[in-house]
Amino acid sequence: MVVGGKIQEYGEGGRVLVLDLEVRGHNRTPWYLRGKIGKVERCHGAYPNPESLAYGGTGEPTELLYLVSFQMRDLWDDYEGPEADALQADIFEHWLEPAW
Amino acid sequence: MSDSHGHEHAGMAHDEELGYYAQRVRAMEAVLVEKGVVSGDEVERLVNESEARSPADGARIVARAWVDPEFKNRLLSDAKAAVAELGYLESANLPDVVVAENDEGVHHLVVCTLCSCYPTWLLGRPPDWYKSLTYRARAVRDPRGVMREFGLELEGGVEVRVLDSTADVRYLVLPQRPAGTEGWSEEELARLVTRDSMVGVSRPLAPEPVAA
Repeated sequence: MVVGGKIQEYGEGGRVLVLDLEVRGHNRTPWYLRGKIGKVERCHGAYPNPESLAYGGTGEPTELLYLVSFQMRDLWDDYEGPEADALQADIFEHWLEPAW
Repeated sequence: MSDSHGHEHAGMAHDEELGYYAQRVRAMEAVLVEKGVVSGDEVERLVNESEARSPADGARIVARAWVDPEFKNRLLSDAKAAVAELGYLESANLPDVVVAENDEGVHHLVVCTLCSCYPTWLLGRPPDWYKSLTYRARAVRDPRGVMREFGLELEGGVEVRVLDSTADVRYLVLPQRPAGTEGWSEEELARLVTRDSMVGVSRPLAPEPVAA
């Protein structure tokens, strides 16, 4: 599927791993989600890359942004709420990799 | 920090009365204007735009969604286009918004752990607690505990979905319409919709207080 001129790598429901990239400086991937596996909820479309924008760059090439859903119990060992509780966050495509 | 919009570009003589962060913001603004990154007018316009918004704007959108199912569908599928129908799209470069609907089985809670992203152009400026490190850290770890402290106890069968606004999209919660409001007008319904209910830390007001 093509979104905003880009090929959407991950479809809804696809399992993805959040990478722990060695990006120095500003980025929009929270540390607590790195190395965690979630499920693609939706693709928001292409947005300028914040890692470039933050330093006066153009944000090009743009990156696809995905809403990824994680189970709370996969994030926190001591999570006491119901099993279905989830956390959803927006992650740029270059921070994701397919997971099984 | 109610002082941050008292925008007297010429009147920087009062700096010694300002706190550390206010002075720092003034200094950064002065440098950015001097270097031509932004103009004073642009800063003024953006401040005015966000000051012109309040939770009453979000409440109007929620109330419309409650009475008009077709509007609700448009709001859920393309929030920007839907709110434009109500006249909320003056600037072209406003952040994208996704509306998350609560129902019997799902309750959404919004946070921004990386900074304090918030649908300001629909709700006005975020409350101080939303920007606090405590809320940002705890909302993603113990959302039910946080909601309990706001007075909201969810039933065990309701799934909690925390939305961490980590990037370009802002999230607005569409709370459930309170029971006992059948036949109410949009204006009456809007008065039940609180800021906190659109962030997800509480429910809309119960109908009694305003029905009286």
